[in-house]
Amino acid sequence: MRGRLFIILIAAVGLLFLGVPVLVIGVRGVSASDTMSGVAEALTLSVVTTAITALLTILFGTPLAYILARWNFRFKRILSLVVELPIVLPPAVAGLGLLATFGRRGLFGPLLATFGISLPFTTAAVVLAQTFVSAPFYIRAAQVGFQGVSREIEDAGRVDGAGSLALFFRVTLPLARRALAAGLVLSWARALGEFGATILFAGSLQGRTQTMPLLIYNILERDLNAALSAGFLLIVLAVGALLLAQILRRPADEPDTI
Amino acid sequence: MKQSLVLLMVALLCGAVLGTAVAQEGGTLTVFAAASLTDAFEEIAVDFEAANPGVEILFNFGGSSTLAAQLSEGAPGDVFASANVRQMQVVRDAGVIEAAPRTFVRNQLVLITPADNPAGITSLRDLASPGIRLVLAAPEVPVRAYTDVMLARAASLPTYGQIFRSAVLDNLVSEEDNVRQVFLKVALGEADAGIVYQSDVTPEAAEQVIAIRVARALNSLATYPIAPISDSASPELAQAFVDYVLSSGGQNTLARWGFVRVD
Repeated sequence: MRGRLFIILIAAVGLLFLGVPVLVIGVRGVSASDTMSGVAEALTLSVVTTAITALLTILFGTPLAYILARWNFRFKRILSLVVELPIVLPPAVAGLGLLATFGRRGLFGPLLATFGISLPFTTAAVVLAQTFVSAPFYIRAAQVGFQGVSREIEDAGRVDGAGSLALFFRVTLPLARRALAAGLVLSWARALGEFGATILFAGSLQGRTQTMPLLIYNILERDLNAALSAGFLLIVLAVGALLLAQILRRPADEPDTI
Repeated sequence: MKQSLVLLMVALLCGAVLGTAVAQEGGTLTVFAAASLTDAFEEIAVDFEAANPGVEILFNFGGSSTLAAQLSEGAPGDVFASANVRQMQVVRDAGVIEAAPRTFVRNQLVLITPADNPAGITSLRDLASPGIRLVLAAPEVPVRAYTDVMLARAASLPTYGQIFRSAVLDNLVSEEDNVRQVFLKVALGEADAGIVYQSDVTPEAAEQVIAIRVARALNSLATYPIAPISDSASPELAQAFVDYVLSSGGQNTLARWGFVRVD
């Protein structure tokens, strides 16, 4: 009995530590009604860039996740390490990596310049930064989702004469769709919160590269209350994304209760 | 038995966390200083620590506006050295500093380009050429306030005209959080030009950029105030640090890093 109480006590400390800062922003953010002129622009930019990021993530991440889930080949472990690395990479390092690759003096800088393209300080750079740090969340979830589709079902489809592509789109993808969607929501939430890589690689300019997190960091110095209410807005979006991901991760035959 | 061991470990852990948070005795001084002061203040700290054995100086360098926001929200510090009077006033208005601030150094603006100067910039006037990628600090950061004064002065001259200012601002591709970030973006070659303090072009940084002087009539002289923070845990030490910065020893170091001395 005492042991139980002891565990609860320590767990409560952990819970308070995680919960209180968010709660405080919630309370102070609601009461602070200051809104800054830049919020609408930053929110629009965040919505547009994260939407493009999500599309790119689906387009290039899904085949990668499928290969990792279904195929066996040499260096597969290294491949999955490369895919997961951005999750644990410090954002400043991610930003530097993007600069060193796509910057003007970066690996592809001169090549891009011959086409008249220069990425840093553009909205495209914001999308690249977001995709780099958030796509791994989707790929990992999608990989687990594909692994959850029984091979026997795929084999049955193959016996019925379905080709690889048809099999993927008609059988595997529909069966894994909830896992994919849950992963996408999480990676979208990560993209929405992206800060470090963006500020290094894309800079900060209203309407072009200043997304919500950058705006919050920026207005914090001018007006703390406005930063709090903008922060509250992001918390609401993040909570929504987490709830959605939780619902999606539940098996389809279970009732969707919170 | 096992349980009390866990309890002991938790207690030790809490003790260690609290211990580091209140390790004030032994003379630790936390100085909040504008990013442009980084090199000079680090050298001053070495001299100050040598003159005051047992004293350790910790720095929090950043944009003065960021530091002012942190201090106003109750961040614990002993001394605040701001890159302009306005951010010092923000902290005074918040009631965190009661002592009268003293001007300890001045600084001037300089135009910088990457070492290979890809856009071929040779003067302030070139900042208005279409297609230049200009990086400045964000509007709240002191260096930007001085930059805006400079641009306004130029715009009021017939040789530049009002169109100069809007043409320059059209070329703005990023507004950075502090002056060191402006320098970095130019030194990396991502931006074509930026405006920083003379003191940011340190001897070791000088080969990464080309520094172009701005005519004295246009340049605005930055004024840096310093003051001890009211609820400092070691007010004598905080005052001693302020005094040292204002002494000829401190002024010599600041001058060596490109600042304009005030004594």
